[in-house]
Amino acid sequence: MLILECPYCGVMADETDLHGGGEAHLKRFGPGSSDDEFETYLFHRKNPKGVHFERWRHVSGCGKWFHAARNTMTLEVYGTYPAQTYEPPKELVAKIKKKHPEWGGYE
Amino acid sequence: MSNAVSALQGASFDGYCKVEEAGLTGMITLRGDLASKGVAKAVKAVTGAAMPGQGEVTEGDKGRVGWMSPDELLLIVDHAEAPAIVDAATASLGDEHSLVVNVSDARAVYRVKGAACREIIAKLAPADTSVMQPGMLRRTRIAQVPAAFYLEDDETAVVVCFRSVAQYAFDLLKDAAQPGGEVGVL
Repeated sequence: MLILECPYCGVMADETDLHGGGEAHLKRFGPGSSDDEFETYLFHRKNPKGVHFERWRHVSGCGKWFHAARNTMTLEVYGTYPAQTYEPPKELVAKIKKKHPEWGGYE
Repeated sequence: MSNAVSALQGASFDGYCKVEEAGLTGMITLRGDLASKGVAKAVKAVTGAAMPGQGEVTEGDKGRVGWMSPDELLLIVDHAEAPAIVDAATASLGDEHSLVVNVSDARAVYRVKGAACREIIAKLAPADTSVMQPGMLRRTRIAQVPAAFYLEDDETAVVVCFRSVAQYAFDLLKDAAQPGGEVGVL
């Protein structure tokens, strides 16, 4: 079972306490954007085999959204961090990079 | 105004732990910046309790204060005094960006009494109840509904849930406390 630490409550919450919110750090293209941009924003996801950044909500706990970095293949969790950011913390990216030198990095 | 009644009006069940509905309990939601002095002062003034830290519940002479999320507190007070406490807290907070609402009648509260109270909750919630001590509060779910619980003492757990699922929550706790269902690990 997937267990993530909620960065707001500090509790180790398992996935039945959480609700998944899909890929993290999407840039929104709304009114005024081109059809291609809008299509990409709506439908195109990385869906990687390996390191993935996701949004999760601690739904039956504090109710807050947060981010998690985990591996979609091994289910290893690299870390969680609050939602008030546009990109993953540098330390976390460095930590993952150290562990998986072949990983292409965030982006 | 009509008489206030609690969700299950004190229903109880004697299993290997005693499960009872706690009756009328005053509950107030306070939202705001928990780091601000104004909020701490208001909380102290109306309950006598200190500001709880992350995942804690504190006790004062007029009630308890539980940490529900980074911007939310639950004040557990006397049911009849709750409206006055809401007014007092609102006045004390003044211009501070905050919200104080009496949610007493939207909640149901249960007490699980017995040496195995942690085990009863562990059967229903995905929380590690073995680490729970008096003074800690955990918001989680019991079976399919959201609930929060804390320990009043080592053998009394208090479970708070929404009133709309009061019967469901009571049935769950009752079922978990059925004699013969002892696990004996906690």
